[in-house]
Parts: sequence; C-alpha cells; structure tokens
Amino acid sequence: MSGLSARVRVARDRFTLDVAVEVAAGEVVAVLGPNGSGKSTLLGVLAGLLLPDQGRVAVDGRVLTDTATGVRLPPARRGVGLLAQDALLFPHLTALANVAFGPRAAGVRRGRADEVARHRLAEVGAAEFADRKPAALSGGQAQRVALARALAAEPGLLLLDEPFAALDVDATPVLRGVVRRVLAATGRTALLVTHDPLDALALADRVLVLADGRVVEDGPTRAVLSRPRTAFTARVAGLNLVSGTGDPAGLRTPDGTLVAAAAGPPGDPAVAVFRPADVAVYTSPAQGSPRNVFAAVVAALEPHGDTVRVRAAATPGGPAWVTGLAADLTPAAVADLALEPGTPVHLSVKAAAVAVHPAGTAAAG
Amino acid sequence: MSTRDRRVRTGLPVLLWVPAAVALALVVLPVIGLVARSDLSSLPARISSPGAVAALGLSLRTAALSTVLCLLLGGPLAVVLARSRVPGVRVLRAVVLLPLVLPPVVGGLALLYLLGRGGLLGSHLPGIRIPYTTAAVVIAQVFVAMPFLVVGLEGALRTAGERYEAVATTLGARPWTVFRRVTVPLVLPALGSGLVLSFARALGEFGATITFAGSLEGVTRTLPLQVYLLAETDVDGAVALSLLLVVVAVAVIAVARPRALRGQR
Repeated sequence: MSGLSARVRVARDRFTLDVAVEVAAGEVVAVLGPNGSGKSTLLGVLAGLLLPDQGRVAVDGRVLTDTATGVRLPPARRGVGLLAQDALLFPHLTALANVAFGPRAAGVRRGRADEVARHRLAEVGAAEFADRKPAALSGGQAQRVALARALAAEPGLLLLDEPFAALDVDATPVLRGVVRRVLAATGRTALLVTHDPLDALALADRVLVLADGRVVEDGPTRAVLSRPRTAFTARVAGLNLVSGTGDPAGLRTPDGTLVAAAAGPPGDPAVAVFRPADVAVYTSPAQGSPRNVFAAVVAALEPHGDTVRVRAAATPGGPAWVTGLAADLTPAAVADLALEPGTPVHLSVKAAAVAVHPAGTAAAG
Repeated sequence: MSTRDRRVRTGLPVLLWVPAAVALALVVLPVIGLVARSDLSSLPARISSPGAVAALGLSLRTAALSTVLCLLLGGPLAVVLARSRVPGVRVLRAVVLLPLVLPPVVGGLALLYLLGRGGLLGSHLPGIRIPYTTAAVVIAQVFVAMPFLVVGLEGALRTAGERYEAVATTLGARPWTVFRRVTVPLVLPALGSGLVLSFARALGEFGATITFAGSLEGVTRTLPLQVYLLAETDVDGAVALSLLLVVVAVAVIAVARPRALRGQR
C-alpha cells in the first residue's frame, strides 16, 4: 500500500510505546501528545535513528524496518526527510548548496542539482536567499530553506518535528502558510508532531493523540479538536473537559454532580466540553438562568492574549475534577474581583454553552 | 569594535594589568634580548653557512613531512575519539595527551627502546635501521606534535556535534559523503590551527630528536640541534640561527593566524 504504514513497539524502563500509524499517500497527519507520550520515540523509529523492539515500518510499499525479518535500512536509504525545530542548515554552504545537498548525495550532477534547488527555493519563497550563508538568514528564512532542502531530497515521507517551535511569533503564521501550501502542492505524505492546535488545524487532515505510548484519539483534525475525549486533547484545544457518564440532563460526574447541558447519551461514558471564555467567575454563589456552578479556588492566573486565564483547583474536600478548569476574564474583572491564588470562587457556565459527547472507546489505532 | 563604540564596558580590575604586563614582558623581552645580542653585520654570512643551510633545509623538510603525517594519522584518530562509542575511548583520549606532558627526552628514549636495534619492535625489523636516521627525526616530531592536532580537532568535532551529520544522513548522504561534505568543512578552522601548531612544534623539536635520532649533520641535525651545538663553541652563530628560527616561527603565525588560530576559541 502507499503512504506510511507503521506498527511500532518500543519498551523502555517505565514506558512502552505501542502504536500503529497509517498515513495515506499525500495525507498529512498531526501527532499531538504531552511530553513523554512517545512522540519523539515514534519519529526516531520512523527516521531510522532508533530500532524498535518489535515493529514494521513501510513507506509506499517499501519496507524500511521489520524486526520480524531483520530489515533495518539506515537513515540514508530510507527516503524519510526530517524538518526539526532548528533549521540546522550546514553553516559552510550557501542556501542553494544546502538545498542541492540531497540531490547531490543522490548522485545528481551539480548543474542539475542546482536547478532543482533553485526550483525548491522558489517554491518556499526563498529564491532571493540562494547565495546567502545560513548565518545571514533569520530564523523564519532559515526554516524555509530547511523545508526546501528536505523536499529536494524527494522523501517518500516527511517528518515535521515541532517545525515552528523555535520561531518568533511573527514568523510562525507565515511559515505555517508556506508549509501548508507546499505540502498541498507537492502531495507529500507527512507526519507532523506539534503541541500547537493551530499547526494541526492548518496543516493536518487527521490528528492522532498519543498518551502514555498509546493512540487515544484518532480522527479528522477539526472533529478531534472540537470534540475532545481526553483531558490532554481538551487542554491542547484550549477547552475545558469534564468526564463522567451521559445523562438525559447532561453529564453526571463520578461524585454525582450534574453538569447541565444538552442531553447526553444516557449511561455511557461521556465528556462535557466548554470554552474557558464561557465560564464566569463569582466570589459569591450566582443565581439566574440554568447555570452550572462549581465551587473552586484560584490556582493560578496566566496572561492569555488580551484576557487573563484563571486556572481553578478543587476546594478542600470538594470534587477533584474541578482542578484544571479554566476561565478567561478581562484584566479589569480580575482586578474587580481581587482574584489571587487561593481565592475561593464559584465557576459558572450556562448549560447552553456545554456540549456533551461520548467518550466511548477512543479509536485506538 | 570601532573607536566610535560608545558602549560603557565593564572595567578591567587595575590589579590585573601588572601581572599581565609581566607575562607579556616574559614573552617579548627574551626575543628582544636575542636581537640585541646579535651581530647584524655578520648575520647574512652566518645564516648562509653550509651547516646552517643544511640544518634549515632539514628542519623545514622534516617538519613539513611530520605535519602531513599528523594530518593523515592524527585527523582520523581525532574523528574516532570524538565519534566512536566503543568502550574505552575515554581512556584513549587521556593516553593521546601523554606526549604533551611527557618530557621530550623521555619520549625519545621510549622511541629508542621501541624501534632501536634491540627494541620491542626494532628487533623484529631485520635490515631496517630507524634510530639516527632522518626517519627517526620525523617519527620523533610526529610523536611530540600530533597531540596538538588531535586535541584541538577532537574538541572542535565534539563542539560541532552530530546533529548536522544526522541531517545529512536523512538527506540521503552515505557515511563517506557526510564525512567529506559536512564533518570536514565544519572543523576546517580547527584543522588549520591544529596543523599550524603541529608544524611549529615539529620545527622546534629538540629533546626527543637528539635522544632518538642523534645529531648527524645533514641527516638528523635540525636547526634547534645546530643552535645547541653552536652555543658551546660559536655563540654568535647560535644567536644568528636562533633569530632564523624566530623569523620562521613569526612567519608561520603571520600566515596562519588570521583565520586558523582564531577558529579555535
């Protein structure tokens, strides 16, 4: 079959990565996961830098690694490109020579390789940097050249490892646009590791969420991020998530609290999801329209764009699931309420702002 | 930094100037003393005497050959020490430093008892005599000079790290291509400074040479040996040849310094 087909099992001291990943030809799949979830290990195995305990990796039908038959192609012969956080352009070569490196290593003559490199540089909007040394490029420019260099080697699979993490805030959206355009134009099969849901939304057709070495969510990007089934995905997507059991009136938490919402699937494991912007904070119990009110204490206040994100913790003796819920307030509201870590508060969210969906058995690969 | 630089800089403690000046004087004054002692009018004649010319020629030839051998043998050794994961490599790294800390005379004796007629290896080389030949001069020079290249180059390789090499690999480059097009260019400045230091050390080599190779005119009597010999009998001649060595050393630094020595921080 074409595209990437991988089954990987790597056992470490206190950690086992055990995943199956399929990426169709030309598809871009994002891998999200907290630190230590196994993302780097997975990329290492795909790139051939790590040998799995068990597993098989094939790209476009070509077996790169197969522990059953002892196949283990070295990185140079895998046709797996890597664009990492740092551009890592060869400092002694011009941008053009950097991009021509892959074709030259494949035995293409210099003139032809330079031609390919110029074409690739133009593709990423970096044609005018061809004759510059990496030291004379900004972070965003260098990352464009690095993308062109990875593509010029004609990889069957392109691995993108947090490719925007080291860029400054202004450069990220531009480069994200470049990557999106180039991936679409060239129909590359790509695997993107990121912690930023915007990267996944902009670039990926599908999202895998890894936790503790397993795939816990798998689906179209928009669906996974708007209907998270795990606390990690919710946090990545910037959403609050409460898990429990479906109820005709919403969701019932394990301690019996009802989170009022549009009806959930009765009796089944479910999650209630709502945005931090829809959470109001009061220092006294609120009244009025059908609202959910949860007692909590302020755990932390973090600047978040124009707003302040209030992180809540459970009250002593109160239900633990309150911990981690977030509310976005204006700085003025935070000042009016005199909020600081430790302040007892009531979090309030309208039932209409809460969505309940089945947590079910998360697609496990 | 231009003279227009108006940044306020952290002041140097005044106390440092005194020892710094003494240190500089210790380096510069002896050379000045040498120049002051020399008899400039007879200098050309002394430098162009047959013995001096033979010694200079031998010194330049052997030091150049030693430097090439340092590159061909020490270069790969530095790469192996920096990149290999074979257990025991750390011990080897320390062993390579031995000629740096060993008195050269001891090094010469060690070479003699390895390669001499009754030596560990020498006794197995029937018909090949190494001590007291030009080959012995070169071997002694390589022995003392190679660590300068190996240590500098190995440090540069470790600083450069393996990340660029890993990237080159994912671009489809085989190990030899990675070595030629990535590893070597990255450490070129350190390689240059290492070669300059090795050449200078080889040129000045005395102790190991006189122990292992003796002092035969035209065969093993390099310039430093000639200086030592003349110092007993013809002080003016010794001073003249010393100046010649200073000039050669300054020339080496002038040629190599701007790029190569700066590369090694």
